[in-house]
Amino acid sequence: MRDLATRRWWRRGSTSRREDAAAQAQPALLERARGRLLVTGVIFLLCFGALVVRTLDVAVIGAPVDISTAGDASAFDPAARADIVDRHGVLLASNLPTHALYVEPGKIFDREEAVAALGRLFPDLDPERTASLIASGKKSALLRHDLTPEQAHSINRLGIPGLWLERQEQRVYPQGRLFAHAVGFTDVDNRGLAGVEKAADAELRRRAEAHSGPLALSLDIRVQHALAQALQDTMTAHRALGAAGMVMDVETGELLALVSLPSFDPKAPDRSPAETLFNRATLGTYELGSTFKPFTVAAALDLGIAGIEDSYDATEPIRVSRYLIRDHHPENRWLTVPEILIHSSNIGAARMAVEVGAERQRTFLDALGMFERMPLETSERGRPLAPRRWSEHTTMTVSYGHGLAVTPLHLLANYAALVNGGIAVTPTLLKREPGEQMVQRRVISAETSAVMRMLLYAVVAEGTGKNAAVPGYLVGGKTGTAEKAIGGRYKRDSMITNFVGVFPIDRPRYAVLTMMDEPKGTKETYGFATAGWTAAPVAGAVIERIAPLLGVPAIVEPDETEEEPAFARWDGAGRHASY
Amino acid sequence: MDQVTPFSRTDTSVVGRWWWTVDRWMLTAVLLLMLLGAALALASSPAAAERIGLDPFHFARQQLLFLPVALVVMIAVSLLSRTGVQRIGTTGTVLGIALLALTLMVGVELNGAQRWLSLGGFHLQPSEFVKPCLAVFLAAVLTRPRDDKLPYGMLLASLPVVVAALLLVLQPDIGMAVTVAAVWFVQMFVVGMPIVLAVLGGVATAGGLVFAYHNLTHVKARIDQFIDPTTGDTYQVDTSLRAFEAGGLFGRGPGEGVVKHVLPDAHTDFIFAVAAEEFGVIACIVIIGLFGFIVVRGFARAMRGRDLFAVVAVSGLLAQFGFQALINMGVAIRLLPAKGMTLPFLSYGGSSAMATAIGLGMVLALTRERWSDEGYEL
Repeated sequence: MRDLATRRWWRRGSTSRREDAAAQAQPALLERARGRLLVTGVIFLLCFGALVVRTLDVAVIGAPVDISTAGDASAFDPAARADIVDRHGVLLASNLPTHALYVEPGKIFDREEAVAALGRLFPDLDPERTASLIASGKKSALLRHDLTPEQAHSINRLGIPGLWLERQEQRVYPQGRLFAHAVGFTDVDNRGLAGVEKAADAELRRRAEAHSGPLALSLDIRVQHALAQALQDTMTAHRALGAAGMVMDVETGELLALVSLPSFDPKAPDRSPAETLFNRATLGTYELGSTFKPFTVAAALDLGIAGIEDSYDATEPIRVSRYLIRDHHPENRWLTVPEILIHSSNIGAARMAVEVGAERQRTFLDALGMFERMPLETSERGRPLAPRRWSEHTTMTVSYGHGLAVTPLHLLANYAALVNGGIAVTPTLLKREPGEQMVQRRVISAETSAVMRMLLYAVVAEGTGKNAAVPGYLVGGKTGTAEKAIGGRYKRDSMITNFVGVFPIDRPRYAVLTMMDEPKGTKETYGFATAGWTAAPVAGAVIERIAPLLGVPAIVEPDETEEEPAFARWDGAGRHASY
Repeated sequence: MDQVTPFSRTDTSVVGRWWWTVDRWMLTAVLLLMLLGAALALASSPAAAERIGLDPFHFARQQLLFLPVALVVMIAVSLLSRTGVQRIGTTGTVLGIALLALTLMVGVELNGAQRWLSLGGFHLQPSEFVKPCLAVFLAAVLTRPRDDKLPYGMLLASLPVVVAALLLVLQPDIGMAVTVAAVWFVQMFVVGMPIVLAVLGGVATAGGLVFAYHNLTHVKARIDQFIDPTTGDTYQVDTSLRAFEAGGLFGRGPGEGVVKHVLPDAHTDFIFAVAAEEFGVIACIVIIGLFGFIVVRGFARAMRGRDLFAVVAVSGLLAQFGFQALINMGVAIRLLPAKGMTLPFLSYGGSSAMATAIGLGMVLALTRERWSDEGYEL
């Protein structure tokens, strides 16, 4: 009935105009209208309900992604990356909150105004580049990194929609270039790209998240500074291409300093020449020359092949196939084992190595880790270059540091083992806790180590390492001068000179390595550029400065007749030794 | 109750009878809304006025002038009888359509649309006044007595709606045109449109939207950016959302808002965001609640009545009121694509306040109780 009425009403315009059922139709229509109104009302109620839910959602529960302004810096999340400090807590790397400026071209009303305003605020921005960025169809584009708080404030004051500031962190290196190669650097998104920053990337993030404080390195800024300065001075004086140096704790393997020169600005590594980024200390592999001889001697002594009083024929050069092995300062006589080191005799070292034999020599060098990358918390670790075929000739040349290229770090870490009683050290850039247990791996006997200390002392006291001697301290060490192999040939005047010194040599605590890349002779050095003139003095200067800092007691020498240390009572002529 | 009420039950004066028959609950809700409007005008005015170089309280002063006038107008209209409401509706529709046509010829252009008539000192927006009148006129025609001889009731009823909608599209004021069409649809539905047609209408609307999306670039842009906010200018909506976030539950406090300063339409289309920032979400829910209450309460009261005309007219008037509130607030919280629409009584604007007052006045008039054989009823 109601349906009929409705239909009649609906069609009334076109069909029947006469309605005698009006009296019934009206209440029926009213009834329907009430029902329909109820439906409409419920729909409205649902809509308003949705509004309430959404309002709560926006404001309280699921706040939308924060398009932040610089206004409320209180929400700044401190350090997504932990600080790096030296062993005494001096800040080496930290974070500064800054802002990055983005433009969303679609939201800029007045492009010319925006370009002009940005040009006023940032004279370093190229207006044409800014204009083309704003005119581009991109959704958003980065205009500039690292805005100061004042610049961020100015941007906000401009009130130009479409310019957005995004909070970010800027990695800063308060010590500048001093630690560039050791600490490394990050990219603009604060991801580690080199050095400790890269090797400890995950650890630095973890520490920041866990609020477990800064990462403490083994480095000591005082030692680092002394080493860097001494290296730089010599490098400048001898017009060397580069220099490298390290100071290591011979017991723990901790590096107190790690320098590679020339250095670079870790804040802007891209603006430094590419070669300055190269880490000569841990990445560069070199044939290091005579600094290898102590390993030959140690192997022979440790295997019982040679004794300290044995002598070797160095009267004339050795000819092996088409090579000639000779000495630079030929004595042309038989030399005792100590004399071989003091006079740095290639012939003597080669003859010792032949007695050791290729197989045992390789095994010994392998135990020292001379064929593998040396472990260290940095991304720059060089892999040694060893000959594939180990001939007799190889055995001879390796005995005096040619034919096998290793990093200076390999050399230094193994000198530590030679003098510390014969225990291999694992080099580290991280500060070790006092009393930390380390794996004890013996590479030579304690007795051999004691002899090696004595021999190294003799080199500084009597031999090529004289310029490393420091008044008041007992220093031992060995020089190494190697011609650089360039294009498959050794070049006589392109040399790698290096020196490893240990102090105090009677009870070794620290080892210092210094290296010069292609130093030239000067008037002061009588035209010499060998290690004794360009590397040993640097080590001496460094030891002189850092020994007091590191609490190494000086020996008071009131009088020349004072008894020398017992083990070093050595007449240098090879007649006798009472150690 | 008796002590507080100003009028005695036996008072038979116009005002006395009005007091006892009018929906006092709805009246209270509307008054609260107006008070909120005054408070928000004080909050939003400085932000909006400073940007265009006016005295900071320019908009607040204007709005505080409009609101009392609107209140008086609303009460005056609510005193009218059923016939009076019909007369205003019919006259208003005819006059309004004429003014709409006039606006197209001599109107003032603002922001790329010609919607206002300049009447010496202030701008009148005829479209605001057409809306309530059209709803009443439509109800009157749709529910006219059986014995009238007018043919083609449907077409006749719909003709003014079509004309008004076309004039609105020409301004262009698509939002207003859509509102008028939606109100027409609701009224047709309530009056008895067959369900099949209602469904077809829904389908046609959807089809129309798809057509508009593909053929009108700015509609496409609006919808695209709603679906994917990165495609266009979402500055106002983004800023609005930040205001909600900043306000939290209890708001920053009156006058403490900062987001409003960078929201160009803070005093009109985005007044809800200002409310959120300064007074918090709880105030927002109160506002939503007031709008919802007025609509649902009006519907419920109309349903109890026996007058078909009143039912249809009230459904149209309140649907229009509810639509505007839903769309305005929905845009501010990104529940709907951006569409400029005023929030009744809260947004700044004299025409809007006056037209809303007239519309709600008519609702109050039509939902007054009447004496019948069975006692007071609607």
